[in-house]
Amino acid sequence: MNQNFRMISLLTYTLKNLPNTSKWALRFCMRPLSSSSQLQAAAASQTKSKKTLAKPNIRNIVVVDGVRTPFLLSGTSYKDLMPHDLARAALSGLLHRTSVPKDVVDYIIFGTVIQEVKTSNVAREAALGAGFSDKTPAHTVTMACISSNQAMTTAVGLIASGQCDVVVAGGVELMSDIPIRHSRKMRKMMLDLNKAKTLAQRLSIISKFRLNFLSPELPAVSEFSTSETMGHSADRLAAAFAISREEQDEYALRSHSLAKKAQDEGLLSDVVPFKVPGRDTVTQDNGIRPSSLDQMAKLKPAFIKPYGTVTAANSSFLTDGASAVLIMAEEKALAMGYKPKAYLRDFMYVSQDPKDQLLLGPTYATPKVLEKAGLTMNDIDVFEFHEAFSGQILANLKAMDSDWFAQNYMGRKAKVGLPPLEKFNNWGGSLSLGHPFGATGCRLVMAAANRLRKEGGQYGLVAACAAGGQGHAMIVEAYPK
Amino acid sequence: MVASRAIGSLSRFTASRTLRCSGYICRSFTRSSALLTRTHINYGVRGDVAVIRINSPNSKVNTLSQELHSEFMEVMNEVWSSSQIRSAVLISTKPGCFIAGADLNMLNSCTTSQEVTQISQEAQKMFEKLEKSTKPVVAAINGSCLGGGLEVGIPAAFDMMLTGRGIRADRAKKMGLVDQLVEPLGPGVKPPEERTIEYLEEVAITFAKGLADKKITPKRDKGLVETFYLTELTSYALSIPFVRQQIYKKVEEKVRKQTKGLYPAPLKIIDVVKTGIEQGSNAGYLSESQTFGELAMTKESKALMGLYRGQTQCKKNKFGAPQKEVKQLAVLGAGLMGAGIAQVSVDKGLQTILKDTTLPALGRGQQQVFKGLNDKVKKKTLTSFERDAMFSNLIGQLDYRGFEKADMVIEAVFEDLNLKHRVLKEAEAVIPDHCVFASNTSALPIGEIATVSKRPEKVIGMHYFSPVDKMQLLEIITTEKTSKDTTASAVDVGLRQGKVIIVVKDGPGFYTTRCLTPMMSEVIRILQEGVGPKKLDSLTTSFGFPVGAATLVDEVGVDVAKHVAENLGKEFGERFAGGSLEMLQQMISKGFLGRKSGKGFYIYQEGVKNKNLNSDMDSILASLKMPSQPDVSSDEDIQYRLVTRFVNEAILCLQEGVLATPTEGDIGAVFGLGFPPCLGGPFHFVDLYGAQKIVDRLRKYEAAYGKQFTPCQLLVDHANNPNKKFYQ
Repeated sequence: MNQNFRMISLLTYTLKNLPNTSKWALRFCMRPLSSSSQLQAAAASQTKSKKTLAKPNIRNIVVVDGVRTPFLLSGTSYKDLMPHDLARAALSGLLHRTSVPKDVVDYIIFGTVIQEVKTSNVAREAALGAGFSDKTPAHTVTMACISSNQAMTTAVGLIASGQCDVVVAGGVELMSDIPIRHSRKMRKMMLDLNKAKTLAQRLSIISKFRLNFLSPELPAVSEFSTSETMGHSADRLAAAFAISREEQDEYALRSHSLAKKAQDEGLLSDVVPFKVPGRDTVTQDNGIRPSSLDQMAKLKPAFIKPYGTVTAANSSFLTDGASAVLIMAEEKALAMGYKPKAYLRDFMYVSQDPKDQLLLGPTYATPKVLEKAGLTMNDIDVFEFHEAFSGQILANLKAMDSDWFAQNYMGRKAKVGLPPLEKFNNWGGSLSLGHPFGATGCRLVMAAANRLRKEGGQYGLVAACAAGGQGHAMIVEAYPK
Repeated sequence: MVASRAIGSLSRFTASRTLRCSGYICRSFTRSSALLTRTHINYGVRGDVAVIRINSPNSKVNTLSQELHSEFMEVMNEVWSSSQIRSAVLISTKPGCFIAGADLNMLNSCTTSQEVTQISQEAQKMFEKLEKSTKPVVAAINGSCLGGGLEVGIPAAFDMMLTGRGIRADRAKKMGLVDQLVEPLGPGVKPPEERTIEYLEEVAITFAKGLADKKITPKRDKGLVETFYLTELTSYALSIPFVRQQIYKKVEEKVRKQTKGLYPAPLKIIDVVKTGIEQGSNAGYLSESQTFGELAMTKESKALMGLYRGQTQCKKNKFGAPQKEVKQLAVLGAGLMGAGIAQVSVDKGLQTILKDTTLPALGRGQQQVFKGLNDKVKKKTLTSFERDAMFSNLIGQLDYRGFEKADMVIEAVFEDLNLKHRVLKEAEAVIPDHCVFASNTSALPIGEIATVSKRPEKVIGMHYFSPVDKMQLLEIITTEKTSKDTTASAVDVGLRQGKVIIVVKDGPGFYTTRCLTPMMSEVIRILQEGVGPKKLDSLTTSFGFPVGAATLVDEVGVDVAKHVAENLGKEFGERFAGGSLEMLQQMISKGFLGRKSGKGFYIYQEGVKNKNLNSDMDSILASLKMPSQPDVSSDEDIQYRLVTRFVNEAILCLQEGVLATPTEGDIGAVFGLGFPPCLGGPFHFVDLYGAQKIVDRLRKYEAAYGKQFTPCQLLVDHANNPNKKFYQ
């Protein structure tokens, strides 16, 4: 909370002290904009706590549009690519979809989690390859499963502070290939060998070689601070909230069924086809597999054996994919003749105990972001929550519906309330569509924006949990039609 | 195996244990008497699983008392006779405790070994019935528990039975003691502890059902000797009597070496196990219950049980909660003691400033703390992440910055009154009014240190023992001016540091140092009389001291020993005389300061395990040689000369009011000075061995050496009146 206040005051401070921009001029150009949007929104939202979330003296920031590559199970069609190839595909798709002139883009930010060491600033490598100007700077952010959320909110900060007008934010993850390293001992020996000058020195270093030096080091799948894998933590979380295996399987089945329906009805319009070099063009997500509860019940627990409840069928799977969104200052978008899809409004990052509350980020972030925006649960028309595990989603739902939890762990007087399931992840979620860690955030925002347009709502709430016990939530407001 | 059921504290994990079931079939039906009110146990039936919940009233732990035992048998009989019930789950509703072993009060109230044998046999019957249960019984264990149906016959199990040490749940699983681990849960819609027990129960019920339906088979359904992780080969080897004899011998040797034959129980346990294996389990059970009965009546047993009670008492803050909890601690001096104090504070989450005057000295202290924590990482009791988080509680610095926020300052600078005065004045110039100033000193009177204080009510002594992270004792010293809240605060910090605490009155040497000094004086005299350091060490360790007397001088530091001996010698005069301080003086002048300088009576080298005698000591010993007095110089006399001086001084401390209770005297002697635990401390020793015998010894030595052995009045009173006991 404090951090956000600080961030806002920092932003207003920067705004006030911008040497080149008269703050009067800014205010002047913004007032008519915000009032016009208020008028337009009024019809659609008579029952809302607020007609719009536009704030005086702060630029309105819009998502013009967003795309993603099809999300594929790791080890399938993308398995020979490098992460920047996927990211480039998302960027090219975005350019194609929006026809934005490359030289208008002020900045590019990508989120990623497992970094390919050759392209540690994957945003820059992808941008260069996608034909962006070499004068457009790019950086990469990482914040576990909310990395591309971080990319988007960084863009919001840059635009709100007047530093940029047009920013591309995105995310990428390629789990088909991960950096497997030599062991520390082997690396040390190789580095020492590099420095050795004489043959004798080299020989003495080599003589210290032991066979166990060759055992490789894999990127950690477990939480660094607790050494617990996320699935294990999710299983304990589900148990703590007394969520049964059946409930979890049912929720997963719901996700897959809804995703299948959305795919069949062509609702997943953010997906752009990707011609993979040397392979067929990939046109759709390949992890959507509605099964039957009986089939799912046959699976053995994946983490806590033999009595755990989290299985492969009720967890999100390892996924390859990339996403990108075009974010602009509203006046810039309008000046360029765009019809934006949505406003990006208040957002919130939270963090809590990485051991026992690893995946409860949405529970903590939701009431805070609603409060900050001055909205209530009833104002939200569209919920898009990241589904890491069925058990995690159901635990969050239970926690949000518990006064006891709110009072004892969140320091709040009362629960925030249960999001109505009929508004919740209606086009599937990470469980079914897939979860490329770094790319999921943009998918959530685009799903919320597209659903708001399709379903006619005004406010969408995006929320996600992330490794490290962190979480994020953001309000997406439909752009008036 | 009741005698040996270890008190295991399963801290991190929760475990479920399946007891074996074998062929005996019981088909007698009795009506369940549901109206019977039970106080320790209640049970309900979930489907076809009986859930038996243990919860002794008004106690933090469940212990195997007679009431619990009889209620349990009642319930089990109902379970066995009910046709609806196909399996059972045994669980405690107390978070963190299943059954913490036998009830010591119950054992204590027994006056004969037959009574104990009787209790043991009843318990055996219960366990035997459980083992032979026709219906699967799953024990869901959360927290400390008796070792639960231990399979025996393998060295690992031997090890645990003998030392009674706690086993971490993951190790218990590896050892095959438990079948399944359930990890504790975090918050849900109710408190984590509550939900964890519920969850454990749920998991145990599915297991019980699975066992009854034969969907799950318990892995460990083998015989007495074989457990599932023994390979075919070893179990074959164990079937050969000769191999078994070899194993018994090996174990016995090891035990003898470790216990010096002072603790009867471990050897008896081996006997019992041997009987069980060689003559069948019935003979084993019989032998076990009888031996247990005998053991319970031994002096060692009484002494150890007394010590256990004392330790429990010294883990409480009888001064109440301090007005202001210490959140910011500051330690002055980053030497061995200062860094040790910092280590036991930061690893409990206490923010600690460690201050020294030079960067190298500070660096050594910080490294000591890091190493102490890192060693735990190597032993896998900490994760590297936890280590890092703990280490960040430590702030190393060379100035007094931040002391204005300190709630307590503990100085651990060199033992020099002027220096202590200086740091006290320096600290008082910056610390806030409420801040406690504690002095870690082994002999300087706190009252004298406090003379320069502006606020003597806030000054207190906190005497830690080296190495601080290993030694459990903390001796807190109060002056007449020390306020009650200051004492409460010091005790509170000490308890949070995990210490066992005695609170004593100020005076030269307080309690611990004062008891040790006359004994040390005797050590020097004995060395002067021609007994070599190695011989002396073996005499003291075979009496039950964990560290030999000569080694102890090396460990304490020869300079420290001399410093203390001189100071206390001045205060107490003749009574503390004996050996010549000249010996210590000469050692110091040659640089033989003990372990810290690499040489003392022995030579200490990094990485060398067996220490050798320092041959350069020969000339010093020779030059100070005194004739010995043959009638008081037998091995036994030498042992008693040391111990009686110690004991006499301890009792004098109680007589003079330095000690408030005999309990604190025993705890201080055992946990701080290594007084033989099997004797239970000086006061238990007098009670159990008879004051008269000790006075007789003292009189004999008094005749030879004079006043140093004159028994104090309180001891004489006890000798004159056999009904007088320190512990009633």
